[in-house]
Amino acid sequence: MIRIEARPEAAANMVYAAPVIAVTLTMIAGIVLFMIMGQSPGVALYTFFVEPVSTFDGVTELLVKATPLTLIGVGLSVGFRANVWNIGAEGQLTIGALAGGAVALYFYEMEGFYILPLMVLASIAGGMAWAAIPAFLRSKFNANEILTSLMLTYVGLLVLSYLIHGPMKDPDGQGFPESRLFSDSALFPVLIEDYRLHMGWLFALAAVAAVWVLFSRHVIGFQIRVIGMAPRAAAFAGFEEKKLVWLSFMIAGAASGVAGLSEVAGPLGQIVPSISPGYGFTAIIVAFLGRLHPLGILMAALLMALSYLGGENAQISLNMPNAVTGVFQGMLLFFLLGSDVLIKYRLRFGR
Amino acid sequence: MDGTDIVVSAALTIITAATPLVFAALGELVVEKSGVLNLGVEGMMVVGAIMAFATGVTTENAFLAILVGALSGALVGGLFGFLVLVLLSNQVATGLALTIFGIGLSALVGHGFVGVTFAGVPSLYIPLLTDIPIIGTILFGQDLMVYMSVAFAIGIGWFLKSTRAGLILRAVGENHDAAHAIGYPVIRVRFMAVLFGGAMAGLGGAYLSLVYTPLWVENMTAGRGWIALALVVFAAWRPGRAFFGAYLFGGITIIQLHVQGVGWAIPSQLLSMLPYLVTIIVLVVISRDSGKQRLSAPASLGKIFYAAS
Amino acid sequence: MIGARKKGEVVETKPLLSLRNIRKEFPGCLANDEVDLDVLPGEIHALLGENGAGKSTLVKMIYGVLKPDGGEMIWAGQAVQIANPSTARALGVGMVFQHFSLFEALTVAENIALGIPPELSGPGLEDRIIDVSKSYGLPLDPYRGVHSLSVGERQRIEIVRCLLQKPKLLIMDEPTSVLTPQEADKLFETLQRLSSEGVAILYISHRLEEIRKLCHKATILRLGRVVSDCDPAQETARSLAEMMMGSDLTSAVKAEGRAIGEARFKVSALSTTPDDPFAVALKKVSFELKNGEIFGVAGLAGNGQSELMDMLSGEALASNADVIVMEGHATGHMGPEERRDLGLGFVPEERLGHGAVPDMTLWENGFLTAGRGQGLMNNGFIKTDKTKDFANAIVERFNVKTAGIEHHASSLSGGNLQKFIMGREIDQNPKVLIVLQPTWGVDAGSAAFIHQALIDLAAQGTAVLVISQDLDELFAVSDRIAVISEGRLSESTPATETTVEQIGLLMGGLHEAEQHGGQAA
Repeated sequence: MIRIEARPEAAANMVYAAPVIAVTLTMIAGIVLFMIMGQSPGVALYTFFVEPVSTFDGVTELLVKATPLTLIGVGLSVGFRANVWNIGAEGQLTIGALAGGAVALYFYEMEGFYILPLMVLASIAGGMAWAAIPAFLRSKFNANEILTSLMLTYVGLLVLSYLIHGPMKDPDGQGFPESRLFSDSALFPVLIEDYRLHMGWLFALAAVAAVWVLFSRHVIGFQIRVIGMAPRAAAFAGFEEKKLVWLSFMIAGAASGVAGLSEVAGPLGQIVPSISPGYGFTAIIVAFLGRLHPLGILMAALLMALSYLGGENAQISLNMPNAVTGVFQGMLLFFLLGSDVLIKYRLRFGR
Repeated sequence: MDGTDIVVSAALTIITAATPLVFAALGELVVEKSGVLNLGVEGMMVVGAIMAFATGVTTENAFLAILVGALSGALVGGLFGFLVLVLLSNQVATGLALTIFGIGLSALVGHGFVGVTFAGVPSLYIPLLTDIPIIGTILFGQDLMVYMSVAFAIGIGWFLKSTRAGLILRAVGENHDAAHAIGYPVIRVRFMAVLFGGAMAGLGGAYLSLVYTPLWVENMTAGRGWIALALVVFAAWRPGRAFFGAYLFGGITIIQLHVQGVGWAIPSQLLSMLPYLVTIIVLVVISRDSGKQRLSAPASLGKIFYAAS
Repeated sequence: MIGARKKGEVVETKPLLSLRNIRKEFPGCLANDEVDLDVLPGEIHALLGENGAGKSTLVKMIYGVLKPDGGEMIWAGQAVQIANPSTARALGVGMVFQHFSLFEALTVAENIALGIPPELSGPGLEDRIIDVSKSYGLPLDPYRGVHSLSVGERQRIEIVRCLLQKPKLLIMDEPTSVLTPQEADKLFETLQRLSSEGVAILYISHRLEEIRKLCHKATILRLGRVVSDCDPAQETARSLAEMMMGSDLTSAVKAEGRAIGEARFKVSALSTTPDDPFAVALKKVSFELKNGEIFGVAGLAGNGQSELMDMLSGEALASNADVIVMEGHATGHMGPEERRDLGLGFVPEERLGHGAVPDMTLWENGFLTAGRGQGLMNNGFIKTDKTKDFANAIVERFNVKTAGIEHHASSLSGGNLQKFIMGREIDQNPKVLIVLQPTWGVDAGSAAFIHQALIDLAAQGTAVLVISQDLDELFAVSDRIAVISEGRLSESTPATETTVEQIGLLMGGLHEAEQHGGQAA
């Protein structure tokens, strides 16, 4: 019989141990899953987690995938700390990509140093605008942001679908639902010649640094933490909840918008019907796995990026369905949430 | 199409659109009444959808398919229950995890079922009664699951209001510490509610893949699980109102049908946004009065229960 | 009635319940250590001890809510294992909890049905509730929603629920802590009647006078151990208290001839219309706080104290800015930060989650309200070293027992955390300090320390408002006392010119006058 017993004080070491336990358990479950699917676990795990990053090209691809995950994960972590459950990052990403992409298409075949900064600003504005809706509805009407932000994700994806089948469709594209290819001035510069790793990665690192400073040194970060842990204490101290709710939505919206742009102006180079393979949702896992800490999120984003690469690789070389990635991600989050019990409680065996 | 055909087809559209929401919303309502917030309805629905569909296609037995849909929903619901009730994990995060996991798992299982069709669930046919114009088909010509959904709405209403077990369930959701102090097994009551909610979501998913389409498409629940969650709030945690709300949402799909019938050139994407936008509007309208909502929401909803003993 | 209980009344001598060597351990705390206890049929048996002495733990084991780690229980001569409350109820044990196990959204009858075996809760329950409540003088309407009832009425639900099961032993955990002195007297009559019918009553309290008046026997617990068994009628309140605390008592000393100055903080006709259906509306509350004076507001829980506190601290804003005036500034529309800037300090009732963040370190909790006023940040960047110095100073000056300021607030005992919170506010040198329930659930040593700190603060010229349920506390520290009841604040009287009884009457009186008025209309 296992009993759960409250610790007098949260165990700091478990905060770091829990993700390690979760990753280990996920690997074990993964082996079982691969065996059920009739694969050799050794080969499958190698194909999934080692092979994709065994070349320099693979490592840069990992960073390409980690870019949006880091950006969104860091952005969402601000809200999650304040108990603001913005789960509509996927929609904010989409609208941000559309806004930035619209600027790119507007300046089609033009050159100018100003095009990229304008695109970045537009994507930030787009992501923020989409995030502003649930923020407004929550602070003004007390409407649950989980449901509104998620509903808006579906709406955002339909907006994308509408635009790409209509106004944004490439006139010379033989009816394919794709936009024109962005001109060179409207593409994120690559960091290393001949590889796809682009400037977006620097944005991601900057976001990590900024949020780190916010939470480790700044009073706004302090206030956000208090709101999340003890809302009444925050009210007692006089921290303005609505302001902080808005702030966390705006940060997440801006980060998601840039993440969306970093896809369309990065590896994609145009607007397509499916901009993101669910980065906005995976980033939720990233944020939790990274303990809502910027550095942790960076590492979690790399791990999740690896699961995407691994999924693609397994699809190609082992003919496994791509959906394995989603199962892995879900299991990892499950195991993590389960392991978190060890932070505040200890397990006792026996009576 | 003549007039009666339009009425009948409109009614049928409403019923088929509403039924999965009825199942999912009623299940979640019972879960929330016990004090647990399970945001993983979408995940449980989509797992129910694929498992029912896979069973239906493989065995060609509609009843078995429905049963498997419910059981698989309950199974993943049980996973959620174990995490939040035994390991005391955060209910919001765990619900999200359940949705992500469910969508991934269903896509994996459904990999081999894309493009296959299912014969469908047989409909009721009572000679004479079903042949009555208009209301005959609507009242006596539906499939088994529609009648099940109605029966559940009535049964759950009765259970919560008039049975001792229902009273205990409400008490646990209202004040888990008090219920524990009196001696009720809070965790067990909640676990059963969560399993039931999972089964109901599974049924809702099964209805989608067995009757509504009847096909397997990845991610086919398309946010219905989330709409069901909103319906519970809309219904102020009352089963009758949840049923009514589901049919109201079903009615929205009618607009889509009509507009296309009339031949207006509105892009289909804009019409598809309607249910989501209506959900947002409904949420805003009912959330404005926070005091009223506090009276109807179970007081322990979403709070972690830990018995210090 | 009191005369009727004298000697020779308890005829049977075989104990109904015997506890032998009962042990219970919680992480880091031995709550019960080799406890022995005998309760005779028809006996009103007091269980006496300070907060944390292990009284509640002991009775929870008798009622099956907690499981003992060792020892045995003998019920009517038979060794028993009480695994859960339903076993206890089946034996004939009923319990009225200190914090009621009630469900706000359900009716009285539904609440009672939940607490009794299914076979008793069948049809006709409502009638039986009315019967029992009438015959024991505990009027109760079974169809009403619990959320609309007063605290006294809620207690009746619990008692009636127990009585419906015809208990042989009734456990009452601090029943009078929520009652006016007059309501308490009525309760004593009910208890004495039950005792004369042969029901044993295990009565937990730390109120010495009522135990002397009511109980046949007292078992005194200290730090989880039985320190004495006695006949309380033979003891004085002082001797009981000394057994309870284990040392000579020191009470707070009021400074003689304290200079009371100008009115600094004024509230005039403050009314509220709450959105929250469970909240109490304030009705034209007016008072002023003078320099160097401690103003005490008495009242039973749930009469508008927390609503008043929210209005004063700025967590809720007044409809009119000038109903609250601090040194000439209309503050009714100001948030908590601005009010603190003007020199106000606050200590709320809830320590964990309101006054302090449980999962933050002590120094972060110091920063919580002092960060702005004490210059602990620079352009929004937290000065960690200075903040830690501030927190260390509080720990030292207010004798806070902690392993260090890097530990979480949740790791402190109630008394020590309360001293820290009190210290955090006092160390900011407030001109006005407003305190709600300063010693609720705090050990006696810390309580005395906190009382002294409040008195010292007033002696330096600070205006202090203490809102409390504990009349002994209010009389120990206050210069003036008023009563809050149903959201109304009475006129204040100098503490020297009133008595506990008079204040007690006001605490219940206003409430009843209101009810009679309602019925007449």
